[in-house]
Amino acid sequence: MTVAFDEMNGPDGDLRPAYQELSRWLKETPPDALEYRRQEAELLFRRIGITFAVYGDAEAQERLIPFDVIPRIMSAKEWAILEKGLKQRVRALNMFLRDIYHGRDILRANIIPDDLIFQNPVFRPEMNGQAVPHDVYVHIAGIDIVRVNPENFFVLEDNARTPSGVSYMLENREIMMRLFPDLFARHRVAPVERYPDELLSALRSVAPLSAAAEPTVALMTPGVYNSAYYEHSFLADKLGIELVEGRDLIVKNDEVFMRTTEGLKRVDVIYRRVDDDFLDPLTFRPDSTLGVPGLMSAYAAGNITLANAVGTGIADDKAVYSYMPEIVKFYLGEEPILKNVPTWRCREPKHLAYVLDNLSELVVKEVHGSGGYGMLIGPAATRATIEAFRDKLKREPEGFIAQPTLALSTCPTCTESGLAPRHVDLRPFVLTGSNHVTIVPGGLTRVALQEGSLVVNSSQGGGTKDTWILDE
Amino acid sequence: MLSRTAENLYWLARYVERAEYLARTIEATLRVTALPNTYIGKTNEWDSALLTAGVSASFYGVYDEANEHNVVDYLSFSPANPSSIRNCIENARLNSRSVRTALTGEMWDTINSAWIDLQEVWGKGTKTREDLTKFLRFVLETSLRFDGSAYRTMLRNDAYWFSRLGLHLERADNTARILDVKYHVLLPEEEHVGGPLDYYQWTSILRSVSALTAYHWVYRETLKPWLIADLLILNDSLPRSLASCYGNLVRNLDQIGVAYGRQGAAQRHARGVRNRLEHSHMDDIFQHGVHEFIQEFIADNSRLGEIITKQYLV
Repeated sequence: MTVAFDEMNGPDGDLRPAYQELSRWLKETPPDALEYRRQEAELLFRRIGITFAVYGDAEAQERLIPFDVIPRIMSAKEWAILEKGLKQRVRALNMFLRDIYHGRDILRANIIPDDLIFQNPVFRPEMNGQAVPHDVYVHIAGIDIVRVNPENFFVLEDNARTPSGVSYMLENREIMMRLFPDLFARHRVAPVERYPDELLSALRSVAPLSAAAEPTVALMTPGVYNSAYYEHSFLADKLGIELVEGRDLIVKNDEVFMRTTEGLKRVDVIYRRVDDDFLDPLTFRPDSTLGVPGLMSAYAAGNITLANAVGTGIADDKAVYSYMPEIVKFYLGEEPILKNVPTWRCREPKHLAYVLDNLSELVVKEVHGSGGYGMLIGPAATRATIEAFRDKLKREPEGFIAQPTLALSTCPTCTESGLAPRHVDLRPFVLTGSNHVTIVPGGLTRVALQEGSLVVNSSQGGGTKDTWILDE
Repeated sequence: MLSRTAENLYWLARYVERAEYLARTIEATLRVTALPNTYIGKTNEWDSALLTAGVSASFYGVYDEANEHNVVDYLSFSPANPSSIRNCIENARLNSRSVRTALTGEMWDTINSAWIDLQEVWGKGTKTREDLTKFLRFVLETSLRFDGSAYRTMLRNDAYWFSRLGLHLERADNTARILDVKYHVLLPEEEHVGGPLDYYQWTSILRSVSALTAYHWVYRETLKPWLIADLLILNDSLPRSLASCYGNLVRNLDQIGVAYGRQGAAQRHARGVRNRLEHSHMDDIFQHGVHEFIQEFIADNSRLGEIITKQYLV
């Protein structure tokens, strides 16, 4: 594997401009001061209760995501490119979803094979021909970005269902400002704190026509045992909206109400953090106790906006992802600003053959996977793991895609043996309202804390960093 | 507000109040059992601690003997006892997480940090009497801090009122339960017995509702059983008296009624109980039978809980 691009020290070892001040500060700051503040940060996280649950791990029901106090820094110029590319991509995603559930021009133009859509378990036939308010499907997108060199940003994944992590973007910043006021004073860091306001106004802008002038927005959570529960309660609090569970809601005459101490109150927009499958036991999984019976019929009647819309999983599919450059061109007539990582679709025999021959060099992912579960990192896997994966692949090739193992860029990170480069990615959050797309400057930087590791997912031992976009 | 949120706030306050009450009961029992037998007679104080906590039956499903070790363990640490201090704290934390958005930062911090600190105690237990006392003090302080944070930082709206309803309903229940278990030592006809035996029982009762000092300020007399009963039942200047709890319950329910523009069965029922307390005299209560009076009160109080639940919380 080639040496990774380090965002601080550059390909040729020259300090990159955005990191100059940080580098100077690091030289002035004794290492034990860093360690002391790291411990302080951890204590703050625990006190505030910023924890997440790891499924299948009873011992550590509530864990902290390790927080690295060294910020990841980007220049305004870099961000400008990224911002433009993200907006373009999310616009295309929304147009694609509208098309898939209506006219299907893209299928008729033979750009995407029909069966990839229609035989896809996350395609929702219930949404065929169903209008969604303001034609917005993906109100909140989390687009995972990686870098391999100073010039290019690659999109690794489009998270179009219920992307999480934004609370860490906000809390990391709060904690950094508390712990390192001096470091902030030496930089002009673009603020992220308006995210909750932007989110609320995006959600209100997509209220259905039958809503009152002041639409009621609620955040729907699967409950306290969900791994992202802290984020749900945090956001509801910042937005000043009710945090509801399925049992708090009831559908009457195709309208959705919440049970309050003063009786039933109509809800117009639900920012739902519950997967499609669990939303409505009458339409989807009948055994779901997290959902609301009749929710889908209220949705069909146009009396409730769900954000994100039902059926966005199809844009989240990793095989569909491989067509994103074509999707952007098809709907917008523009060249995609952000690149895709080259992707082999195992559903295609030629691609599969290549993948099977090169398993030890590739990363193989489930098309519907997330959280870093169920993936193979060829170069890091043992012979036996690779062989087991080979059988899985042969049995169900359409369930997988493969990508080259990218040398993700690195950032300086606190480790037991002092500062050392660790691989990072970035998840910015893109908001789409009735007539605008916005992004707060920044996102969630995830860092693989193990030396050499490329897996940044928090469920797999990854950590987070504050992400600074410098204003010029 | 969401019914579920109101319900969580209401139960959160009840759990914290119950934890405090259990800690006080254990403290008071430790004191009285430390006295030589001649001072406390043959009654098993640990048995009455179980009775006042309302867990006697379930205790004997687990243990054979009500001694200090077993009862302290069951009331404080046992995961099997649904209303052990441990479970109260666990439930309070769980409820707090569910209603994070309705709590102030100070309230959350109180519960969450107590929960974090107590993880160690659950793991190691309390090996010495000193550890135990420290633990009980910690529980008391947590409750005081929680109550104080709520009082000082919460907006005065329905969230606050529902949380206060939980607190006062639980508190009334606890005071009534002590009276229910100990009423026999408060009967006036036993006055003549009046030896050291009863005296220590009386101080123990007053201690478990933190009213020993208050007694002397109110009555400026040596301990008299009927005055203790008067203090705990009818004196509304004592925060843990039944009268005071009902004054607060009526007030908070009225505030909810005004805010929502509607009164209901809960307001009527609470007012009924309060009026009865207001118009009672200790003489009548003794004539009518303290035990019957208290039993009726306990039933009325839990009835109010049911009505509140039906009217607001589901």
